Amino acid sequence: MGPVRLRRCFVNANVHRDSTVNAAFLLTHGQEGFFVRDGAMSTQVTQVMDESEIRRALTRIAHEIIERNKGVQNLVIVGIQSRGVPMAQRLAKLISDIEGAQVPVGSLNVALYRDDFDKHPARTISASDIPFDVTDKRVVLVDEVLYTGRTTRAALDALMDLGRPAVVQLAVLIDRGHRELPIRADYVGKNLPTSRKERVDVHWVETHGEDAVLIVK
Amino acid sequence: MTQLRRKDVLGLQEMSKEEIQLILDTAESYKEILSRPVKKVPILRGKSICTLFYENSTRTRCSFELAAKIMSADTTAVSTAGSSIQKGESFKDTLLTLEAMGMDLFVIRHSASGAPHFAAKIVKSSVINAGDGMHEHPTQALLDMLTICQNKGQIAGLKVLIVGDIMHSRVARSNIWGLSKMGAEVRICGPRTLLPAEIDKLPVKVYDDLDRALDGVDVVNVLRIQLERMNKGFFPSIREYSTLFGINKARLRRAKSDVLVMHPGPMNRGIEITPDVADGEFAVITDQVTNGVAVRMALLYLLLGGSGHVDST
Repeated sequence: MGPVRLRRCFVNANVHRDSTVNAAFLLTHGQEGFFVRDGAMSTQVTQVMDESEIRRALTRIAHEIIERNKGVQNLVIVGIQSRGVPMAQRLAKLISDIEGAQVPVGSLNVALYRDDFDKHPARTISASDIPFDVTDKRVVLVDEVLYTGRTTRAALDALMDLGRPAVVQLAVLIDRGHRELPIRADYVGKNLPTSRKERVDVHWVETHGEDAVLIVK
Repeated sequence: MTQLRRKDVLGLQEMSKEEIQLILDTAESYKEILSRPVKKVPILRGKSICTLFYENSTRTRCSFELAAKIMSADTTAVSTAGSSIQKGESFKDTLLTLEAMGMDLFVIRHSASGAPHFAAKIVKSSVINAGDGMHEHPTQALLDMLTICQNKGQIAGLKVLIVGDIMHSRVARSNIWGLSKMGAEVRICGPRTLLPAEIDKLPVKVYDDLDRALDGVDVVNVLRIQLERMNKGFFPSIREYSTLFGINKARLRRAKSDVLVMHPGPMNRGIEITPDVADGEFAVITDQVTNGVAVRMALLYLLLGGSGHVDST
């Protein structure tokens, strides 16, 4: 499979996290590995999960959450902004469907708790939206990719400032390794050994128009 | 736009619509922190912020200090009284001394227009203008705009009237630039003697008659009559000013039925605004003060962030 030149609008290897390469486009071309040329840079995109694999993983996690917490009593789901929010909403819906009871969902802005403020430009996302008191709740924090663990650390601090949960658990779609802090997930969709040079992009229908997990080299 | 690519915030005249929107959005997201039982976030730990005030202030200075403290920064207050400024230390030397102590950001109020601009050239740290002479008071205009946004949803298309002493008012100038950039129609009304000479160069409609100016407006921003400046015969008497340009309940009926009444404070009750309006259903004057803290938190955050790109999930 030789390098393929894509239309300019698809090609931007410098965009750090937001891959604009559409997995559906890759699939219609029947390619596993796919090279995107951008000037001197060459990017390889590989799809590692498709829509049905993501759906099965989320369904399994939903069942695990219910099992581990012995039901949905005092259970709340909190997505870490911005990328954990669609997954939190999906999990809450799956759990509600299985148990026949509504599970409250919130979203948490961790920007003010990060440890890389001196290196990173200030970034603005929307305010935390936690429409319930977290004190004495069983909180499931949700993020799409677990990598260094620093975002999770920030999220734990942000959560503690809002109250004193009974239990905090962590659910992620992808665990890609390379932890820099003693943090591990309670629920994992897929363990994905990666190199630090690679990037893992999760696409959601809600934000990208498709469900897919891609590795970008 | 997700970041403010500038070292200083000196005025709204040089700021883009996108930058103003970013500041307002960021501030809006911080209002949630102000309603928490424990109002403290760790993001500015280790940052030193100096409020350097050559003029008196209660709300602006307290608001900046509170904003800094909520974000865990350390604050140092320097004012004319009790500092080496009284021994004759120059503005420049004062700045250099404080910068040598490791200040990351200066909040400056000065009676000379342009003083913060001068300071911004002297120091490598960030500078926020907290009011310079008769020039600009950007954080006041930003909190005014945030208050309007919260009550009206947006600024574009609104008719906003600014009443009073436009000439001496840095609040008016910053509001005129900010509001017009955000797409509002800005009307001004006041005695001709208190309109600035450059009025035809500002993006405003000028009214002499307050009743006509109030016709159908969405917002009235009532300026303080700066009594300390009023001994130079700008108008015959306080009583005449109050009769012609004071905002009262009867006059307010000409405005839209959901008009907002704002005042940057401190108020001269009974002169530019009657007490029943100041405490009435249309007034959002205390909301303005609360929003001031959120706006200043947003500016501190946006100015003090790093500039690289770090990926950590």
